[in-house]
Amino acid sequence: MTIGLGHYLAVAAILFTIGVFGIFVNRKNVIVILMSIELILLAVNINLVAFSAYLHDITGQVFAMFVLTVAAAEAAVGLAILVTFFRNRGDIEVDHASVMKG
Amino acid sequence: MLQAIAFYLMAGATLLSALAVVGARNPVHSVLFLIAAFFSAAGLFVLLGAEFLAMLLVVVYVGAVAVLFLFVVMMLDIDFAKLKAGFAQYLPIGGLVAGILAIEMVLVALTVAREGAAAGNALPDANAGGTSNIEAIGKVLYTDYAYYFEAAGLVLLVAMIGAIVLTMRHKAHVKRQDIGKQVARNTKTGMEVVQIKSGSGVEL
Repeated sequence: MTIGLGHYLAVAAILFTIGVFGIFVNRKNVIVILMSIELILLAVNINLVAFSAYLHDITGQVFAMFVLTVAAAEAAVGLAILVTFFRNRGDIEVDHASVMKG
Repeated sequence: MLQAIAFYLMAGATLLSALAVVGARNPVHSVLFLIAAFFSAAGLFVLLGAEFLAMLLVVVYVGAVAVLFLFVVMMLDIDFAKLKAGFAQYLPIGGLVAGILAIEMVLVALTVAREGAAAGNALPDANAGGTSNIEAIGKVLYTDYAYYFEAAGLVLLVAMIGAIVLTMRHKAHVKRQDIGKQVARNTKTGMEVVQIKSGSGVEL
């Protein structure tokens, strides 16, 4: 019962799919969509760290850190846009986010 | 054996929490399950020997991002039942697409693990070269990837300024300091000599 690279990659693949599934079924709720994107980025991070560990190369972990940075920035700006959108419209339904449509 | 038990425990916890994130009725529960998912993923990182990233995941995600999500969910007064309305409608097609995608990706992952560049490799010894995980990362991050490191800092700065600019609003009735006006003030504009007749008041 040794745990190999395949186990970690499989976990990351399923986690990625759960993230995509979350975007699919919560099409109206921007907050859950943002959380699903975080899950997808976590899956990518698991992949990077698993390859980094099994290829004995630390670079993967450095890139995982950069992904983490971008994910944090994305969450901050996304939630700020969400707050502004809520102030203007009073709800956060994605379907209503078409005020810029000509 | 112990490693296998720990792996299945952490992996199961990660995936179940992730499912709960997308399926929870209440977004506050979603955020709490997101925290659980990140905690268990940090456990997986520890199993892989990436202690620093595990710590970073807990500090950055549980300490900052998840709290930010929680803050926004609780601050906005949203009718979440209405937002959940399409859930049952999209569930079958979403589940089908997700299932196919999952099978494909797991098959690709297993093939890559079996026949890719890392096939047959075992995890490195924890303290083989006498350097810890943090030391190894630091040696690469501040030399080969110094520019990327600076760029990451810039990304965070821009995100911070963007978030502030987006959410800051000026209320009309709140008096604010106008620094330009203060600096431009001089004795001519700031002072006025008034001749007052004795026995009368001053109109200001």
